Amino acid sequence: MKSTKDIAELLDEPACEHNKKEKSGCAKPKPGASAGGCAFDGAQIALLPIADVAHIVHGPIACAGSSWDNRGTRSSGADLYRTGMTTDLTEQDIVMGRSEKRLFHAIKQAIETYQPPAVFVYNTCVPALIGDDLNAVCQSASEHWQVPVIPVDCAGFYGTKNLGNRIAGDAMVTHVVGSREPDPLPADAERPGFRIHDVNLIGEYNIAGEFWHVLPLLDEMGLRVLCTLSGDARFREVQTMHKAEVNMMVCSKAMVNVARRLQQKFGTPWFEGSFYGITDTSQALRDFARQLNDQDLSARTEAIIQREEQRIRTALAPWKSRLAGKRVLLFTGGVKSWSVISALQDLGMVVVATGTKKSTEEDKARIRELMGDNTLMIEDGSPRALLKVVHDYQADILIAGGRNMYTALKARIPFLDINQEREFGYEGYQGMLELVRQLALTLESPVWSAARRPAPWHGKPIRSQQTAPISAIHTGLA
Amino acid sequence: MANIIKRNKALSVNPLKASQPVGGSLACLGFDRAMPLLHGSQGCTAFAKVFFVRHFREPIPLQSTAMDQSSAIMGADENVIEALRTIAEKSSPELITVLTTGLAETQGCDVQRNIKQFRDRYPQFDRVAVVAVNTPDFSGCVESGYAATVYEIIKALVPDARSAGTVPGSRKRQVNVLASAMLTPGDLDALKQLIEAFNLRPLLIPDLSESLDGCLTEADFSPVTTGGTLISELRSLGEACATLVIGDALQKSGELLQEKTGVPSHYFSHLYGLEANDNLILQLAEISAQPVPPRIERQRAQLQDAMLDTHFMLGQLRVAIAADPDHLHAFIDLLQSMGAEIVAAVSASNSPSLSAINLDTIKIGDLEDLEQLAREHDAQLLIGNSHALASAERLSIPLLRSGFPLYDQIGGYQKTWIGYHGSRQTLFDLANLVIHFAHQDIEIYRSAYAQKPETELARPALCH
Repeated sequence: MKSTKDIAELLDEPACEHNKKEKSGCAKPKPGASAGGCAFDGAQIALLPIADVAHIVHGPIACAGSSWDNRGTRSSGADLYRTGMTTDLTEQDIVMGRSEKRLFHAIKQAIETYQPPAVFVYNTCVPALIGDDLNAVCQSASEHWQVPVIPVDCAGFYGTKNLGNRIAGDAMVTHVVGSREPDPLPADAERPGFRIHDVNLIGEYNIAGEFWHVLPLLDEMGLRVLCTLSGDARFREVQTMHKAEVNMMVCSKAMVNVARRLQQKFGTPWFEGSFYGITDTSQALRDFARQLNDQDLSARTEAIIQREEQRIRTALAPWKSRLAGKRVLLFTGGVKSWSVISALQDLGMVVVATGTKKSTEEDKARIRELMGDNTLMIEDGSPRALLKVVHDYQADILIAGGRNMYTALKARIPFLDINQEREFGYEGYQGMLELVRQLALTLESPVWSAARRPAPWHGKPIRSQQTAPISAIHTGLA
Repeated sequence: MANIIKRNKALSVNPLKASQPVGGSLACLGFDRAMPLLHGSQGCTAFAKVFFVRHFREPIPLQSTAMDQSSAIMGADENVIEALRTIAEKSSPELITVLTTGLAETQGCDVQRNIKQFRDRYPQFDRVAVVAVNTPDFSGCVESGYAATVYEIIKALVPDARSAGTVPGSRKRQVNVLASAMLTPGDLDALKQLIEAFNLRPLLIPDLSESLDGCLTEADFSPVTTGGTLISELRSLGEACATLVIGDALQKSGELLQEKTGVPSHYFSHLYGLEANDNLILQLAEISAQPVPPRIERQRAQLQDAMLDTHFMLGQLRVAIAADPDHLHAFIDLLQSMGAEIVAAVSASNSPSLSAINLDTIKIGDLEDLEQLAREHDAQLLIGNSHALASAERLSIPLLRSGFPLYDQIGGYQKTWIGYHGSRQTLFDLANLVIHFAHQDIEIYRSAYAQKPETELARPALCH
């Protein structure tokens, strides 16, 4: 179990703007009015996309049972990450102190059945509370079977989902990064004026395969992605992250500790960017070229940006007229707010308000920059409050995480899901086409008026037909 | 207003259409102790029988006038009379419908005259109702054959108000329902329940929910139908307070019934989706002078909720449909109300009501036409009978089975599509079919530089 000191250190995140107020990294959950996930949730989300690893959740069934295989992240090959594994602790295990033993055997079973390159063990509340020594079990299992077994000590009660992201990142930097040198480049990869640069992407989850809209562009630029933490990643890729020339923090600050620690330990510079929207995608590509300080790369990048922007603007033209001027309430829980705003503004849509509950001060500053000072920033994400904003600001659509979907639908408000569980990829230039399609699909759907239509017999007195003469019935009803 | 594109090729490939005598037989099978008699060669009946047996998974009473070489040339009047006598004698039915086929019609039969001859010759069978219907194979489809049969049965067996002395509304709670060929036994059950919820007594004409509902009866064998509309009840149609006519194909029958009895007819093109059912429920509330039961209000709200939940899958979905005209109309209305795009609509035959459908073009054609149009417009879902499965497989898209025949699934004939409840289930079924197919997955991209494990390098793409 993590000590209070360990947690305090994780919460004290110098690279996070929130740090200035209280050294908490992020807001404390409020009993009775809390909707976010726990630290286990955050850690699992952050690492599960590492596709060839056996992910074992050490705890009773609640933790893995209701969360395995529910994310839209995709892999180009290995798919062990989709196999749910948990020690499924029983009352006997807990009372009799057998949970460590069970974990040890669980690791054995996972290794023998699936031969994974590594096993990740996620700690949860119950074993943390009864004092299972996760590190010791993992270490001895590792030695016994000669397979890396990585403890991710992320019991739910340690804190929020955001903290869980950091714990996960921390575990990678501590136990995995630097344990292998990158493969040599393919022999014919480089030529005069075309150098290959090694980079990492941190916080890119390849939801619905959306990163595959971007990766071909990076290839074209000559950027070798050593690892995306963690979309479509493999264990052996995570091991080489220390050798990148630059790291990009994608969209979110959730794993900012990874970027900071890689900078501290290996001197790797990092920048923050997003692949949502035309403007931000272009900016991210430019930032890579700038950080890598390669003249030739800069020139080629500009050419790619120009070509891609032109192509996608032509493709978007017919959709733009359908969406321009539509009013959006964006409630993402914060982290992705500013990146999505830019994508929506590229389409001529008006963002009337945005959620900032989990945004950092820096996120908020960026939002103000994009939307002006009068922007409504919503801290209260309760369904009631959200609906009030939708009505007060006459929003045409609510864009939010899947959890809010049914709130919107019950209130008969068009909705677009942009959370991790979604099945559509919106990243990169190409992703904008899917975004407009989904926006138009719901905004233009005839079901909204049908759902708002009162039953025709309401407010209409039912006339009695029984005593009327036949001719009257006929004319009356025909 | 739809532009109707007629058949423009010599060969019909993978036919969608089933013939009029099949439709006529179906209508007849919805009456109690009835026997459809196909006037043609034995094959006409045998094929129709197999068609029904595979669809309903029930024994089907169906007889033939068994025209042979000589009667085909020399006249088959005797075949009709003989067949009627045999059936009347052996099976003592309440109703025999004589349905002409292509052979009999081409020969130039006059079945009305044949029936008269039968009556003259065999007065002992006077209590057996016999109705002749012209249902040549070479025009129309199941729906029109069915409608023609309902029309002729009303014409022949429902007495007019003057001669029978019936007074509309004298049975205060009775509502007649002329039930479309697109309604399954399950639909008819649901419709009866809706009507009964308003304290009304539904009388369905015909009523397949009493005869082909897949019910294990006490008797081990019956040569005729064992349920359905009672022929004796047809006299009471004139005493009902209203008639509901479902399906445009039955409009003529509805008009005839009103003309004969004075009972007002109310017309519904179909009962798929929110709007159609709103109209039905409103009408029932007015006829019964009763408030809408809370249960139905709840079902309405459930349908609305399902519309919202499923619009993510069904909105902009490119759908190709093949069906008989009224059924096609029903599906198009339902799907359009969900924001889906009908990229191909193929009707088995033409009908005046088709042009009223809100779609650019409707093709009169076969399943090959459906497949071609679906491919051309990149359809994501097919709706059609079991024969459409091969097309769906070639197109690699899912198929929603509906219509006639459904031979490769169990219980298809019993499925409820109508009402708020049935419409909701239809939306769920549609959405479930496409939930994993409707959107194009982003293609897997493998970077030439990536450090994936060697085992994966030569591995074909895995898709979740």
